[in-house]
Amino acid sequence: MLAKRVIPCMDVKDGRVVKGVNFVNLRDAGDPIELAQRYDEQRADEVIFLDITATSDKRETTVDLASRASAQLHLPYCVGGGFRSVADIRRMIAAGADKVSVNSAAVDNPQLISDAAAAFGTQAILCAIDAKQVAGNPNKWEVYVHGGRTATGIDAVEWAVEAARRGAGEILLTSMDRDGSKDGFDCAFTRAVARAVDIPVIASGGVGKLEHFAEGIIDGEADAVLAASVFHFGEFTVTQVKEYMRSQGIPVRL
Amino acid sequence: MIAVVDYKKGNLQSVERGLRAAGAHARITDDAAEIVAADAIVLPGVGAFADAAATMDELGQTEVIRRRIAEGVPFLGICLGEHLLFEEGAEGAGADGNPRGLGVLPGCVDRMPRQDAEGRAYKVPHVGWNTVDFPAGAPENPLFAGIPSGTYFYFTHSYIAPDGPFAIAHTTHSVTFPCAVQKGNAFGVQFHPEKSSDAGAAVLRNFVEIVKAASPALQG
Repeated sequence: MLAKRVIPCMDVKDGRVVKGVNFVNLRDAGDPIELAQRYDEQRADEVIFLDITATSDKRETTVDLASRASAQLHLPYCVGGGFRSVADIRRMIAAGADKVSVNSAAVDNPQLISDAAAAFGTQAILCAIDAKQVAGNPNKWEVYVHGGRTATGIDAVEWAVEAARRGAGEILLTSMDRDGSKDGFDCAFTRAVARAVDIPVIASGGVGKLEHFAEGIIDGEADAVLAASVFHFGEFTVTQVKEYMRSQGIPVRL
Repeated sequence: MIAVVDYKKGNLQSVERGLRAAGAHARITDDAAEIVAADAIVLPGVGAFADAAATMDELGQTEVIRRRIAEGVPFLGICLGEHLLFEEGAEGAGADGNPRGLGVLPGCVDRMPRQDAEGRAYKVPHVGWNTVDFPAGAPENPLFAGIPSGTYFYFTHSYIAPDGPFAIAHTTHSVTFPCAVQKGNAFGVQFHPEKSSDAGAAVLRNFVEIVKAASPALQG
């Protein structure tokens, strides 16, 4: 049976992990590869490197990171952030990334998903969606772009369906209402998208307790759960999370 | 030397590194002459069946690989590389029918159903870690030496190989399908050993052992 996945996500700037990392015995807490290897040892199912480098001329460092990751990691990894064109994506895939995630650029130009999926296969293209619940309407969520700064008026569930139709292989769904809150995933949102699309959905945003991971799978009907700070700060290991999930009857790889 | 066949779809470094870590001398090449001279061939898997088959034809790889497999040279196809062992694939079918594979094994690689026999819905692509199960009572296959039935490997695909007596392991998602196949020294695996952590490294080590047994001259 296909296991539900647990995915640590790292924000990377100029090739270095940003956001505090508080990991004991880590030689270089800023090195994304060393951190990813640690997560591999803890049985992470894959990792995501989110490139938050502000300027495009510094993106070389992220191509280098992908190249090093393919040489040194023995688990799948995804690189997200800043892809504007198939050519941008091709460089990252050629450097060894298993998957890339597209976000704002795909909202601006949905054809990017179609073209990238045709070129590299649907399994290589994640569509990342950041959304907030629409005030006064608990069953509606609006897509935001540019790091959450710009509202689009686009319905998140409809956009997820469109992205899947165009060839996205997975949806990485972040609730901006919950991100950083430690209140748990927005399970109603996750479930609405998971039921609307026939591709895997990764729940993101809001994890603070072990219970939240299981809720994302059971209540949110997600195929995978993503977290960042609870892993980086050592609040939980991936192994602890998976052991808890297994105790709740969720199939995991340990 | 193990030739890691490059058919211009990228992402071969992890396979090459995995084989090197397993103790082999591996080299990425698109050159049919190098494939002719290699002690073993690894065909990694990315992209679509039709594109890959067309590119391999253009580069003169198809005939060479088919001939070398017939000669008994160890071969490992990974993901799409496993699919290409079969006669044809439904992915990217054109007006003149399905694209042709190497034809080492019979049948057509087809789309994974989105429903099981009871009508329950499944997500496709089949992405993530799933268990690899060996037939009960079968002797241990050398490719899986030391690996227990039920071990998790990493999958990412939408198409599956047909079943047959060549299947040496199965995995279940919407349907139960062959996740490893064999004909003589030619093996194919649907999962990605190069992305499957310790279990994947063990499979690559086992393949390198198979290569060494077939070609004692191959060292380092």
